[in-house]
Amino acid sequence: MNLIKIFLQAAIVDNAILMRFLALCAFIGMSNDVSKSIGMGGAVTFVTVLASAVTWPLFHFVLAPLNLGFLQILVFILVIAALVQLVEFFLKKNVPSLYAAMGIYLPLITTNCAILAVTFDNITKGYDLAESIVYSVGASVGFTLSLVLLAGIRDRMKTANLPAFIKGTPSLFVATSLLAVAFMGFSGLIK
Amino acid sequence: MKRLWNIFSRGIVVENPLLMLMIGLCSALAVTTSVQNGIGMGAAMTFVIFFAEVVISLFRKLIPNSARIPIFIIVIAAFTTMVDLVMKAYTPDLSKAMGVFIPLIVVNCIIMGRVEAFASKEKPLDAGVDALGMGVGYTWVLVGISAFRELLGNGTLAGIQIMPDAYVPILFFTLPPGGFLVFGLFISLNFWLKKVFPAAADAAKEAA
Repeated sequence: MNLIKIFLQAAIVDNAILMRFLALCAFIGMSNDVSKSIGMGGAVTFVTVLASAVTWPLFHFVLAPLNLGFLQILVFILVIAALVQLVEFFLKKNVPSLYAAMGIYLPLITTNCAILAVTFDNITKGYDLAESIVYSVGASVGFTLSLVLLAGIRDRMKTANLPAFIKGTPSLFVATSLLAVAFMGFSGLIK
Repeated sequence: MKRLWNIFSRGIVVENPLLMLMIGLCSALAVTTSVQNGIGMGAAMTFVIFFAEVVISLFRKLIPNSARIPIFIIVIAAFTTMVDLVMKAYTPDLSKAMGVFIPLIVVNCIIMGRVEAFASKEKPLDAGVDALGMGVGYTWVLVGISAFRELLGNGTLAGIQIMPDAYVPILFFTLPPGGFLVFGLFISLNFWLKKVFPAAADAAKEAA
C-alpha cells in the first residue's frame, strides 16, 4: 500500500517536470515529436531505475559508514555518467536495434537533472531500497507522461493562430503553465 | 579592454543563457518564488561557473581531449560541493528553501556548455570574464522573475511588504504554473529587447 502511495506521489502529485521543474532542458528539447518523447522517456526510465539501484547501496554501505557523505554529489554524478556509458556499450554490442532507437538520447541523459535529483531524494527522504526503486520508477513515469502530453499539445499548436508576442518558444511555456494548472488538481489525491 | 567588455556583455542579453539559449532552466524556475532565493541561487551559480571556467582554462593544455567531459564534471562537482557546504553552514534557511537545486548546479547545462565551448579553448582572463557575464546574465533574469512572482504572489519584495493591505495576493504566481507563465513572458520580453536595441546585438555578435 505504501509503495503504491510512493509511486502515485512521484508520478502525478509531485510530477518531476510540472511540479518540481526538473529536467526542463530535455522537456523543451525533446517534446517536438510524440515518438521521440516516448524514446526519451524509455531511456530516462532505464537509467533512473538503474542509478537508484546502484547509488542507494553505495551511499548506505560505503559513503555513510566511512563518513564521506560530503562526497555524495561527486560520487553520484560519476556513477550516473559511468552507467550511461555502460548502458551505451551494452546496447551497442547486444541489442543493436534498441541502440539505434535510443542512441541519440543516451549521451544527453547524463546531464538530465531529474535522475540526479531522484538519487538525492532517495537518501534525504530516508527510503529503503525497495521504496527507492518504486520512487524512481514513479518519477520517470511522470517524466514520460508530461513529455508525451506536451508533444501532443505542440502538434496542435503548429496550426493554431497564436498572438504574435507569444509565438515560438514563449508559447511552450504558456502551454506548460496550463498543463501544470491541470496537474495541480491532483494535489489533494494523497494525504 | 573593449574586447573584454564585449565578452562580458554578451551573456547579459544577446546570448543570455536562460532567455536565448534556454539552458539551465530547472533551477531558474524552481527557486524563484522570492527575491532572496533568486539572489542566492544567482550568487551560488556565478561562484561555480567562475571557478570552473578559470580552473579549466588554466589546465586546458593538459586535459586530454578524450577524457575532457569526466574531468569537467569532477571540477564542477568539486566547486558545487563547496557552495553546498558553505550555504548549509552560513545560510541554513536559504539552503533549505532551495533544497535539491544547490547540488543540482553540477548538472546545470550553462556551466558545462560554457566550459566546453569557451573555457577549454580560451585564456584564463577571458574565461573568467565570460563566466562573470554569464553569471550576471543568469542572476538578473532570476531576480527579475522572482521579483515579479513575489510581488504578485505574496505582495512583498525580498520579504518587505510593498503592496497595500487591501491587495489580495494572487497565489497562482508562487505556484509552479505561475513560474512557467512568467518565464514565457520573460522570453517574449527579451525578444522584444533584442529588436529594440539591435546595435548592442550587432556589437556582441562581432565579439563572438
